Amino acid sequence: MKEVKIVEAPQGHSGSGFFATSFDEAIGLARSYSLWPLPFATSCCGIEFMATMGAHYDISRFGSERPSFSPRQADLLMVMGTIAKKMAPVVKQVYLQMAEPRWVMAVGACASSGGIFDTYSVLQGIDRIIPVDVYVPGCPPRPEQIIDGLMQVQYLAQNEKLRRRNTDEYQELLASYNIQ
Amino acid sequence: MLTNQEVAEGLLEKFGDQVFNFEEPYGLLTLSTTREEIIPVMEFLKDHKNYQVIFLTDITGIQYPDNAGQEFVVVYHMHSFVHNFRIRIKVAIPEADIHIPTATGLFASANWMERETYDFFGILFDGHPNLKRILNIEEMDYFPMRKEYPMEDATREDKIDALFGR
Repeated sequence: MKEVKIVEAPQGHSGSGFFATSFDEAIGLARSYSLWPLPFATSCCGIEFMATMGAHYDISRFGSERPSFSPRQADLLMVMGTIAKKMAPVVKQVYLQMAEPRWVMAVGACASSGGIFDTYSVLQGIDRIIPVDVYVPGCPPRPEQIIDGLMQVQYLAQNEKLRRRNTDEYQELLASYNIQ
Repeated sequence: MLTNQEVAEGLLEKFGDQVFNFEEPYGLLTLSTTREEIIPVMEFLKDHKNYQVIFLTDITGIQYPDNAGQEFVVVYHMHSFVHNFRIRIKVAIPEADIHIPTATGLFASANWMERETYDFFGILFDGHPNLKRILNIEEMDYFPMRKEYPMEDATREDKIDALFGR
């Protein structure tokens, strides 16, 4: 049997019988290894996500054990596939229903920029309606790329200050999308 | 087995010079009529005791911007399941008076097809119970399949000509 790996403890002070670290570090660590993704899959990138979720690639190895089909409990919105302009208010509503902290990953060319669908009916990238944290390129991206994107989100979760979401900068970003 | 010849003769006998431009591209009986006669023609095909063309496959539009007085064409496809016989009927209408009677009285399925044709071409189906957009966003203020509008999204920023060697 392989040796079970445990994540390293964050930086802090330890002595006999105690270990002290900052909330930022400890909570960031916990959050990053239990990100519940909400798959918003509309096309072929969604099929790649199904492979990513399945046993072969297994996104649960990264702590995303439970794809959440309710936005209330989700931490990470994964938008995979072409988003038509008529779908845009739906995506935005799903995002609004998520609780902070929330991250957004745009998987594939269509979600990132509209992709090959440079046409009157397709939203030219979901960052027109909601802020995006991580873009995964590809048409569609391979499961390894989606996992790499998830690891980028983990990195964000680990290194984010707990109060970042109260900062003026973050509030301004949301205000620029007419959120809140 | 129902032949194109038989149906064409039946239509000519009933409607005379109100049905014209008969063709058979790839064996599909195609004809034109006027907007005054389109509903009677479809009703005739549907209720005929021998033809039984009871299924409306599709309604769509075409635009010929250079065809003065006949800028738009509405195309009806119908199908007889009993004889596996298909027929296509075209009606040309001018842009200045872009009206045509609805077929919803004959076929309930015409409801959505006519909404789609309105959505993309702006063709007004008189008497339609609910003529509003069906596929595009409701705020859209033009008819996207008309040739005067570009297909591309005008707000896209990453298609700079220089990046593509143009």
